[in-house]
Amino acid sequence: MTTIYIIAAIVLIVAILVVIFRLQVLSAVLKGRYEKRVGIGNDINGLLFVIVFVVGVGAFWYSYQQASAFFLPAASSEHGVRTDQLFWVTMAILVAAFLVTNALLYVFPYFYKYKEDRKAYFYPDNHRLEMIWTIIPAVVMAGLVVFGYKEWTAITSPAPKGAEVIEIMGKQFAWQVRYPGKDGVLGNYNYRNIDAVNEFGIDMNDSASYDDFIPRELHLPKGKPVLLNIRARDVIHSVFLPHFRVKMDAVPGMPTHFWFVPTKSTADMRDETGNAKFNYELACTEVCGRGHYAMRFVVVVDEPADYEKWKASQETFASLNRDYAAEKAPKLVGLLPAKVAAPEAPADSTAAPADTTAVAAH
Amino acid sequence: MSSSDIHIHDHHAHSHDHDHDHEHHELPWIRQYIFSEDHKIIAKQYLISGILWAILGGLFSLIFRIQLGFPNADLSWMKPVLGEWIQNGKLDPEFYLAMVTMHGTIMVFFVLTAGLSGTFSNFLIPLQIGARDMASGFLNMLSFWFFFLSSVVMFASIFISTGPASGGWVIYPPLSALPQAMSGSGLGMTLWLSSMAIFIVSSLLGSLNYITTIINLRTKGMTFDRLPLTIWAFFITAIIGVLSFPVLFSAALLLVFDRSFGTSFFLSEIYIGGEALSNQGGSAILFQHLFWFLGHPEVYIVLLPALGITSEIVATNSRKPIFGYKAMIGSILAIAFLSFIVWAHHMFITGMNPFLGSIFMFLTLIIAVPSAVKAFNYIATLWKGNIIFTPAMLFSIGLVSFFISGGLTGIILGNSAIDIQLHDTYFVVAHFHIVMGSASFFGMLAGVYHWFPKMFGRMMDERLGYIHFWLTFIGVYVVFFPMHYIGIAGFPRRYYSWTGFDAFNSFADLNQLISIAAILVFIAQFIFIFNFFYSIFKGRISSLNPWRSNTLEWTTPLNPEHGNWPGDIPHVYRWPYDYSKPGHNEDFIPQNVPFSQTPHSNFPHEKDSNE
Repeated sequence: MTTIYIIAAIVLIVAILVVIFRLQVLSAVLKGRYEKRVGIGNDINGLLFVIVFVVGVGAFWYSYQQASAFFLPAASSEHGVRTDQLFWVTMAILVAAFLVTNALLYVFPYFYKYKEDRKAYFYPDNHRLEMIWTIIPAVVMAGLVVFGYKEWTAITSPAPKGAEVIEIMGKQFAWQVRYPGKDGVLGNYNYRNIDAVNEFGIDMNDSASYDDFIPRELHLPKGKPVLLNIRARDVIHSVFLPHFRVKMDAVPGMPTHFWFVPTKSTADMRDETGNAKFNYELACTEVCGRGHYAMRFVVVVDEPADYEKWKASQETFASLNRDYAAEKAPKLVGLLPAKVAAPEAPADSTAAPADTTAVAAH
Repeated sequence: MSSSDIHIHDHHAHSHDHDHDHEHHELPWIRQYIFSEDHKIIAKQYLISGILWAILGGLFSLIFRIQLGFPNADLSWMKPVLGEWIQNGKLDPEFYLAMVTMHGTIMVFFVLTAGLSGTFSNFLIPLQIGARDMASGFLNMLSFWFFFLSSVVMFASIFISTGPASGGWVIYPPLSALPQAMSGSGLGMTLWLSSMAIFIVSSLLGSLNYITTIINLRTKGMTFDRLPLTIWAFFITAIIGVLSFPVLFSAALLLVFDRSFGTSFFLSEIYIGGEALSNQGGSAILFQHLFWFLGHPEVYIVLLPALGITSEIVATNSRKPIFGYKAMIGSILAIAFLSFIVWAHHMFITGMNPFLGSIFMFLTLIIAVPSAVKAFNYIATLWKGNIIFTPAMLFSIGLVSFFISGGLTGIILGNSAIDIQLHDTYFVVAHFHIVMGSASFFGMLAGVYHWFPKMFGRMMDERLGYIHFWLTFIGVYVVFFPMHYIGIAGFPRRYYSWTGFDAFNSFADLNQLISIAAILVFIAQFIFIFNFFYSIFKGRISSLNPWRSNTLEWTTPLNPEHGNWPGDIPHVYRWPYDYSKPGHNEDFIPQNVPFSQTPHSNFPHEKDSNE
C-alpha cells in the first residue's frame, strides 16, 4: 500500500512540475522572450561562471586543508620520500596550470558575453602563440620526464647484494609470506606441490626448504634493503604497502620483484602518529574476487637486532609439519630437527594458513 | 550517389521554411523507422539506445556508491529488485564488483562509444560534408542492429543467477578466465565476451562506413581543409577504431579459447579451488598488452568526437573562428598517433620490464603537448568573442574545464615513479572520470542540445538546459574532485569496504558526500531526459538555422527527408569558421556562400575558383 502512495505522490509531483514548466514557457512566449537573440539568461550564465570559479577555488582550498590531515604520513622508505617529493612538486606545477587556465576559461565567458553592438574579433590564427604554447608544455614535460626517469630507474634497478629476501604469495583471499631461514635461500617451489598443508607448494626434496619459515606477519628490518619476491597462485593480486610507497602486481606464472629500504620502525611510527595501535599494512590493489577488499596483512618493521631475534624465534615449516615433510621427501628426513619437548605450542604464532573461507562469508 | 531508394522532391526547395509532413512515402513503416537505412534515423536509434544505457549505467553506479557512502545502511529495500544479491540487508560483495564492472563496460562502450560516436558520426557526417547518406546505408543499418544485438546479450547477462561479468571492465585473466575464481566469471563472462565480439563487428562496420563516406562523398568544394572539426574528429576516431578494435577482438577470442577449449594463452601455474590446473606457459600480462592496445586508443575514441563537437559549438557560439584550425587538426592527428604507443602506461607495475616502463612514460607525457594545444586554442577562441550561452555552449565550456582538470592529473599518473603509489587508487578513478567520462559525456550532451533542432525540427527548452548544466557541472566536480584526496590517501579501487584497514578507515564523511552528490547528479539528468522527450513532441518549432551556424546541415529543410537536400547538394566555397568576418554585415557566412557574394569581406587570396 505504501508503495502505491509513493508512486501516486511521485506522479503528482511530476505532473505539477510539468504544469509549472508549461506555464513558464507560455508566459515566456507571450513576453516575446524568444524573439530576442539573447535573453537575460546570457548575463546570468556569464556571471555564474565567475561565481562558480571563485567559490570553487575557495572550496578547493578549504577541502584541501580538511582532507590533507588524513593523508598518509611521510613515507617510511627511502625511495618513497623521493617519489613523494616528485609528486608534490609536479602537483604544484599542475595546480598553477589548473588555476591559470581555468581562471581564463571562466573569466572570458563573463567579459565577452554577447552584446548587440559588438562584433567578435576575427582572429583565426597566430603562429607565434601556437609555438609558445606548444613549446612551454613540451619543456615542462621534458623536465618531469627526466626526474621521473631517474627515480624510476633507481627504484627498479637490481636489488643491492645482501638484501633481505622475502617471498610474498597472494591467493584468494589472503597473503602469505615465506622467509629463507638461516641459509638465506628460499627453497624451490612448484604449484603442483600445493595442497592444504603446503600452501606455497614448497619442494621438500630441496634441502634449502628445510629452514624456511612462514610467519603470520611480515617483519622487515629497519634500514636494510628488502627484496620482495612476489607471486600469486590463482589470479592476479597486487602487493600494496601504502606507507612504503610500494606496489607490484602478483601474477600467477610470472614472479615479480620489488626492493626498498624501510626507514621507520613500527615503534617509530607509533611515536610519530601518536597512535599506540599503529600498524603497517599490506593490501591488495588488483581486483581478485569477492574478498579483494579484505586481504589485509600486518607488517612490522623492527630495529635490526629485534629483527634478527624475531627470525631466530621462528619455527620452520618443516619442523611444524614433520610428518608431511617425511612423507614427501623420505630421503631428506635427516634434515628435520630433533623433536623438541612441546612442538605444538607455538603453532598459533607461526603456522601459516590464514582462513580463506572466513573472508568469503563477508 | 548512395543507395537507390532515395527520392528527391524538387518542390520542397520552394517551401522549406514550413514544417511539412509528407505522407507519400513509398517505404513501409518498418523500413522507415526500424530497419531504416537513413543515417538520420540510425543516429536517433543510437542516441536513444545510448540514453537508455546511460540511465542503467548511472543507476548501477548509485548502487555501489550507496555501498561506499553508507557501508552500514540496511539495504533490504533493494531486495524486491536485487533479490538474492541482498543478504541480511547487505549487498553481496561479488554483486558489488559486478555493478562496478557493468558500470564501466556500459559507460565506456555502450554509452560513450556507441551512443556518442554512433549518434553524431552518423548524423553529422553526411549532413556536414554534403552527402545524401552514408556510403552504404545497408551496412550502416547492419551496424546499428549488431549493436542492438550486442546490447540485448549484455542486458540479458544482468539477469542470470550467477551474475554478470564481475572482474572489472578490463576483464584481466585469470580472474575472468576461471569460473572457480568468482561466479561472474561463469556464464556472465561468456555473455560479456559474446556481446563485445558482436559490438566490435558493429563498431567496425560503422567506422569503415564513416571513413569511406568522408573520403568519397564530400560535396563539390568540400576539401579536407574546409571540413568542420567535427568531421575531422569523427574521421580520425573511426580510423583509430578500425585499427584497435580488432586487437580487442583477438584478445577476447584467445580468452574464449582459454575458457572453453583448454588452451593456455593467458594461464600458467594456477592452483585454484583445491586443484592445480594443467595450464602452463601462458602469460596473464599478454592479455593486458592486447587489452590496452585497444583500451588506450579507446579513451580517444570516446574523447575525440566530444572534442570535435566542442570545437564546432565553441566557435559558433563565440561568434569567432576556432583559433588555430590547422593546429587543431594537427593535434587530433598527433593525439591519434600517440594513442597507439602509450598503452603500457596502464601496466607500469605489472612486472613488465622497467625499461619498457621508461619508454612508455616518455611517450605518455608527450601526449600532453597536443592536448595542451587544444585546451589553449579553446580558451583563445573565447577571447574577444561575442559569446551566446546556449545550453550546448555551456556544456562545451564545461567539457574544456574537465579536459584540463583531468588531463593535468594524467601527467602525474603517466610518470611511472609516481604511479607506483597512485596506481589503482581513487586518484586514477578521479582522473579518468573527469577527463574521459565527464568530458565525453558533456560532449555528448552538448551535441544533443546543439543538433536537437536538426534532429527533430524543434527546440529544447533552454532554461531547463541551464539548470541541467549548472547542477551537473558543479555536481561532477563535487563527486570527482574529492576522489583525488581519497586517492592520495592511498584508498584502492574496487573495494567493497575500507573499514578492515587502519590505513583506509578515514574519509567516511567524504565518501558519503560523494555518494549524495552522485545521487543528486543522477536525478538532475532527468531534467534533461524530460526536456529531451518532451521537446521531441512539444518543443517550439525551430527556425532553419537557429544558432546562425556556417555548416551545411543548416541548409537542409527543417525536417530533411532521406537524401537530406530536396534539390541539388549545395557546393562549398569556404571554410566553416567565417564568423564575425570584418566587412560582412552579419556575424556569420555559411560555407555555401560563394566569395563573389561577399565582396566586402574577402581577403586578397579569397576568390572562387573554377566556377
